[in-house]
Amino acid sequence: MASRRAWIIWCSFALAGSGYLGSTLLGQDKTVYVPGTTSDGHYQIELRCDTCHAYAFGGGPVLQKRCLTCHGEELQRIQDSHPRRVFIDPRNADRIADVDASQCISCHKEHRPEMDRGMGVTLPVDFCFYCHEDIAEDRLSHRDVPFDTCADAGCHNFHDNSGLYEAFLVKNAEAPDTLDIAKVPKRNAAEVRRMVNKRPLRRLTRDDHDAPRYLDVEEQIILDWEETAHAKSEVNCMDCHQVAGITNEWRDNPEFKACNTCHKMEVSGYIQGKHGMRLALELSPMTPAQARLPMKKKNRDNAMGCTSCHRSHRFDTVDAAVKACLKCHDDQHSKAYKASLHFDLWRKENEGEGETGRGVSCATCHLPREVRRHRGKDIVRVQHNQNGNLRPNETMIRDVCLRCHGLSFSLDALADESLIRNNFKGGPARHVKSIDWAVARAKNAQRDKERQRVK
Amino acid sequence: MSQSIVRMIGLSVALGMLISLGFGCTTEQGSTMHLKRMADSLYAVMAADRKIYSKLVVNRLVNEEAVIKASEHWRDDRALPLPAQMFRMAAEEAMDSGANFAYSLLSLWPINPQNKPRTDMEKTGLKYLMDNPGKNYYGEESLGGRRYFTALYPDVAVADACVDCHNDHKDSPKSDFEIGDTMGGVIIRIPM
Ligand code: HEC
Repeated sequence: MASRRAWIIWCSFALAGSGYLGSTLLGQDKTVYVPGTTSDGHYQIELRCDTCHAYAFGGGPVLQKRCLTCHGEELQRIQDSHPRRVFIDPRNADRIADVDASQCISCHKEHRPEMDRGMGVTLPVDFCFYCHEDIAEDRLSHRDVPFDTCADAGCHNFHDNSGLYEAFLVKNAEAPDTLDIAKVPKRNAAEVRRMVNKRPLRRLTRDDHDAPRYLDVEEQIILDWEETAHAKSEVNCMDCHQVAGITNEWRDNPEFKACNTCHKMEVSGYIQGKHGMRLALELSPMTPAQARLPMKKKNRDNAMGCTSCHRSHRFDTVDAAVKACLKCHDDQHSKAYKASLHFDLWRKENEGEGETGRGVSCATCHLPREVRRHRGKDIVRVQHNQNGNLRPNETMIRDVCLRCHGLSFSLDALADESLIRNNFKGGPARHVKSIDWAVARAKNAQRDKERQRVK
Repeated sequence: MSQSIVRMIGLSVALGMLISLGFGCTTEQGSTMHLKRMADSLYAVMAADRKIYSKLVVNRLVNEEAVIKASEHWRDDRALPLPAQMFRMAAEEAMDSGANFAYSLLSLWPINPQNKPRTDMEKTGLKYLMDNPGKNYYGEESLGGRRYFTALYPDVAVADACVDCHNDHKDSPKSDFEIGDTMGGVIIRIPM
């Protein structure tokens, strides 16, 4: 009798449980399935399980493909020092038997926050050893350097060493702390648009606007638009508010897809970055309330899209570069910005006191200008994916710091955590030895070569 | 009678075994012959590509026309990749796109330490190339639980440029290469 009752209880619990799990699996909120705290990089999209787990029974190769769907392009852009292809040669079979470096998830394990070493992803510690165990043989400077410090600030990264490789260190060894012609490259989207457009672009004025007359548009909106690069480059109301194939009828608030018709590079960066990654997966927009960084209370529920920083219809890039950020961000580094020399330069530039291109806004460093080459010309665009140069912070060196500073100064500053917290007020209190070592090695090698030749 | 039948059966079984063994041997030999021919053909393509790139691209544009430089840091220097880098990048690209064989350029005195011999066969093979100028080396090895037919081809210093660059390079452990020296070798591995 008792056992029958136990059976009934067991069955009803099992049924209820599986009913609940089954319905959540099919529903929107899959929180119960998240096996552990998701990394800083992925937590915003953790409820779209299928983004990574494309098939229920897909193992390594399926996951690997999904990693590269989002991160592949970036890895190419930074000239990944350890792409998968260097590991798949059978001569390296014994090396990848311990840590299969041809798979992202061998090092970056998701849902394992206890293994996160402050980089937003999990990382093993002394994996360099497997392939570079005899490094001290030809680099005496490395003799007493333990393998768990290879990735210390200013030394090496696994993926992006574009600002850290030996010849680069030597080439930039002598640069002064601050360069004489410290300047941020000028954006040239409008110029490029003129260059590629088949006919000359007409400058539009308020009377040219093509919004339907029945809308009775506020005059201020028209005046704002008239002043923008949009009006100057013949971009009219309908070009954003009614884009064929995207918003077939007039939309008061066109979304990022409308911006994407002209600003492809900016939008593709944006929807890969922290602000827009939810949009890429058709989730509700990111809000400061969901952030893991400290945010101001006031704007916690603002939905993020292009116009939350670039307010329509002025699209004021000066506003977007500082004011927009500080509307939400409330961490120590952000709060210290206005007392920094960088801000002082920014203020001066915008008040007409300083030279253009010398001011340093939040965006100058965190949404940096990226220079690409096309037919021998520079195309300067703003990279809106801030992940690319956030952590490890040496990834900032080339596109950000070196525009104005020397390499040694930059490495030292980026290694000084308290300096970063106070937003670079003062000078670096740390010194990274990378450049000293590289220069010494180059000198020694030259001397050795000469000696060998004499012999 | 019955004895001779038994004898005949025994004989045919033995003969059959011998024949099949013989066949087995020749097919096995045939298959390594086939792999050897395949490796030789692959090598011919690789060597041809490297030669054409060195001659018609690097030498022509760098030395004859002097319109561009070739540099190890070709991206930053906006220059042409060196032939050895071109070779390595192509090998990696081929493997990444699923080619059913692997190849690389190795040396006992490499500029790039990752081009130093690692497996036993790489060590004996390179040594053999040094000791037997003009000869190739063939063998079989097991790596990562798979068996490979492995071939090594000598890489000879054919021009002053090879010798000068390698002798002067700060990462090169050797500075007395001479023209005609075997500087290293191309290794090709085909799964068996
Ligand atoms: C301008 C300099 C330069 C010239 C000229 C040059 N090499 Fe190299 N060579 C290199 C560099 C750099 C590497 C390392 C490439 C890498 O990263 O794998 C290399 C790699 C090699 C390797 C693989 C082992 C190693 O050192 O890493 C061999 C073998 C080799 N070269 C042979 C030759 C031969 C033969 C020639 C002439 C036909 C030649 N090289 C011309 C610079 C040069």
